[in-house]
Amino acid sequence: MTRIAHSPHAHAPVSVGKVMATVMAALVPATLYGFWLYGWPAIFLWTVTVTTAVAAEALTVRLQEKPVRPTLMDGSAILTAWLLALSLPPFAAWWVGVVGALFAVVIAKQVFGGLGQNVFNPAMAARVMLLISFPVDMTMWTTPMPLTGGHAPGLMEGLAITFGGAHWDAMASASLLGHVKTEFTRGVDLLHSLPGYFAAQDSAIGSRAGSLGETSAGLLLAGGLFLIARRIITWHGPVAMLLGVAVPALIAHAVAPAHFLGVLPEILSGGLILGAFFIITDPVTSPNTNEGMFLFGLLCGLLTWTIRTFGGYPEGVAFAVMLMNSLTPIIDRYVKPRIYGRTRKGTALPVGKEA
Amino acid sequence: MKLFSRFKPQGGVHPDGRKDLSADRPIRVLPMPERLFVSLQQHVGAPASPVVVVGEKVLKGQLIAASQGNISAPVHAPTSGHVAAIGDYLAPHPSGLPAPTITIEPDGEDCWAALDVPIDPYALEPEEIAKRVAAAGIVGLGGAAFPSAVKLNISRKTNVQTLIINGGECEPYLTCDDRIMRERAAAIVSGIRLIQRAVGCTEALVGIEDNKPEAIAAMREAAKGTDVKVMPVPAMYPMGWDKQMTRALVGKEVPAGGRSSDIGVLVHNVATAYAVHEAVALGRPLISRLVTVSGEAVKIACNLEVPLGTPAQALFDYCGGYAGVPARLVMGGPMMGHEMPNPYIPVVKGTSGVLALTHKEIGQPVPSPCIRCSTCVRACPVGLLPLEMAAHIRVGDLNTSVDFGLKDCIACGSCSYVCPAHIPLVHYFNFAKGELAAKERAKLKQEGTKKLAEARNERMEKIARAREEASRQRAAKKAAQEAAKKAAADAAAAAAPQQEATA
Repeated sequence: MTRIAHSPHAHAPVSVGKVMATVMAALVPATLYGFWLYGWPAIFLWTVTVTTAVAAEALTVRLQEKPVRPTLMDGSAILTAWLLALSLPPFAAWWVGVVGALFAVVIAKQVFGGLGQNVFNPAMAARVMLLISFPVDMTMWTTPMPLTGGHAPGLMEGLAITFGGAHWDAMASASLLGHVKTEFTRGVDLLHSLPGYFAAQDSAIGSRAGSLGETSAGLLLAGGLFLIARRIITWHGPVAMLLGVAVPALIAHAVAPAHFLGVLPEILSGGLILGAFFIITDPVTSPNTNEGMFLFGLLCGLLTWTIRTFGGYPEGVAFAVMLMNSLTPIIDRYVKPRIYGRTRKGTALPVGKEA
Repeated sequence: MKLFSRFKPQGGVHPDGRKDLSADRPIRVLPMPERLFVSLQQHVGAPASPVVVVGEKVLKGQLIAASQGNISAPVHAPTSGHVAAIGDYLAPHPSGLPAPTITIEPDGEDCWAALDVPIDPYALEPEEIAKRVAAAGIVGLGGAAFPSAVKLNISRKTNVQTLIINGGECEPYLTCDDRIMRERAAAIVSGIRLIQRAVGCTEALVGIEDNKPEAIAAMREAAKGTDVKVMPVPAMYPMGWDKQMTRALVGKEVPAGGRSSDIGVLVHNVATAYAVHEAVALGRPLISRLVTVSGEAVKIACNLEVPLGTPAQALFDYCGGYAGVPARLVMGGPMMGHEMPNPYIPVVKGTSGVLALTHKEIGQPVPSPCIRCSTCVRACPVGLLPLEMAAHIRVGDLNTSVDFGLKDCIACGSCSYVCPAHIPLVHYFNFAKGELAAKERAKLKQEGTKKLAEARNERMEKIARAREEASRQRAAKKAAQEAAKKAAADAAAAAAPQQEATA
């Protein structure tokens, strides 16, 4: 029997694999810079996380008796693990990456039905699980020690940190948001805890304690803008999320500077830039329309600021994203494009009236 | 929520145009093929009905099949010769199912029948122009093939004020409208003026994509001194969708389920305007059209003037044959055209191109899971959610896909074109539309059957009642007869002894 092909008889030179590859390319500068800042332990942790994710994906796909090669070639498992690795403390032990990657790929993605079917962003689901289950390991931050700086752990020391459980206590440090939170609990307000601790340029270039993905806001922003330019993502989600954090921060800081962080430290700290450009723009778990994305991003931002400011945890991006993921179907239900010749409600435009 | 999309042109994609293959090739007239297979169903509506018999001699332009019903179009002999056959033949439908066709064997004379040429076509009454357009068998040559005279009459009756002439030609590869505008601009402008007169509208706008500067210049030159305005529009697909062109030129939308005339607009294709000029000013019915022959698998891409009924193979042959083995033959453009199951499909009035495409051009992508990237949502010119519609159709939930706007889908293919997961979205939509149409037909049939059954029951009851009545009457009659007989017998019995007695 001859198969009759259906129109269109042409296709744009795009594929899911290419989309994922472009996103990874946008992450490369920030990641390499992170490797340089945190040295061998960060490289080992990243490698372990990504390798585990790929192996877990292959195994689960095989168990489902689906073709393994095309699934791995789409690159989604690598990207998920990559984003997860960027959100971990760089000196975390190997098993943190392994447990996180397994959770992300097996529980958060494949159990739901694989690529395109998951309700929650797998990387964020894994990060939240790790943070709740292993709060100590997930908040052991380290001051950056550039590879070329001389203080950095060498190859063997790096192996010991990642795989041998060795501690590098001398360099332990708190992230900005964690520091602020801790100081609050001691009764020290921002006017006393912040000076000397925050400088915008530090966050922008990344010489501040944090995860791989929060150290270099500048490079992540550049990656995000690259994705917008390549039309992989639109500006609506990221801009709205930044607004969602910046606007309440601006107002609150103006009212009570001793209790609320200002706009710059809020935006440049934690996983906000990574979240705004790389996490909430995950197509699977975010709304369909540009308008929906704007609403989604705005609420993600507001929730992030609320959790950071009033919640028990210093950082709120992952929680905010997961909460909003569950709202995506509802946003999609109510925010739809207007159909040609119809009103927003779907009824035909009145005849004889200009549209 | 009108913050973002309301004032921008909605959706659209920018496929690789490939128009360079044929855009600079002047129109050439295809030599008369050995046989013409003139389909009787070259238009939307009822097929034309033959008025010639096998063996009859016909002249070029002679009526060979008359229009049937309100929405239909007549068919004329593309050349002189004799009718070799009347019957089913291959037709340009992806199913490969045949259609009623008149086969003409040309005599090589190409001798015109007597033509009715008016002295001053621009002085004809509007109704007369529409009548001549109908008699010439003109249909929308942009591909829709809707009988043009029907549109003219509706527009005249509804006082349409704006005539839009569609020179969008947004489909990749196709250049026949571009060429006709470059080479025959004066005739197109004449056709536009005739349509204006037929409809009684003052404003005439010609929308041409800005990737055809030569056509824009030629049309501007030809339109000098008339009230025809040439307006460049941004090149994007599907700019040639009549409703998109309307939105681009006058900023109005046709209400859902309505017609262009509802907002005072009439849209015709440039080639249709040319055909109107030929028919009304020169008396020539629609018997040929311009066809672009292109694709990487064709030796020399061309723009040809082709007699209707010419098999596609003759066009490819004229263009030097195939360069290698074509992976797919397509009639129409690559975005909305149909695959030709074989190259012997004849050209019809709606055929704007025949393409021989290579594997590289069509790509053979294997579908992968939807990642909900919504590229299709941004590409849809109608404002639909293709990913949601396809997801529901995939699991058989056709009604929900209708709620998402399936019936507003124009099958332009923009969503399938840009989908990074290579999901054949248009295929899903056409499948669902077909299923729904079949269901609708089944429902009508069921209702019809129910009505017939009810009528039958009623009839049977009536018959039964009548029968009962009749039998009751018969019984009563019988009883009456019996009674009468008995009475008579009794009377006789009573009379007998008397008789005896008297005897």
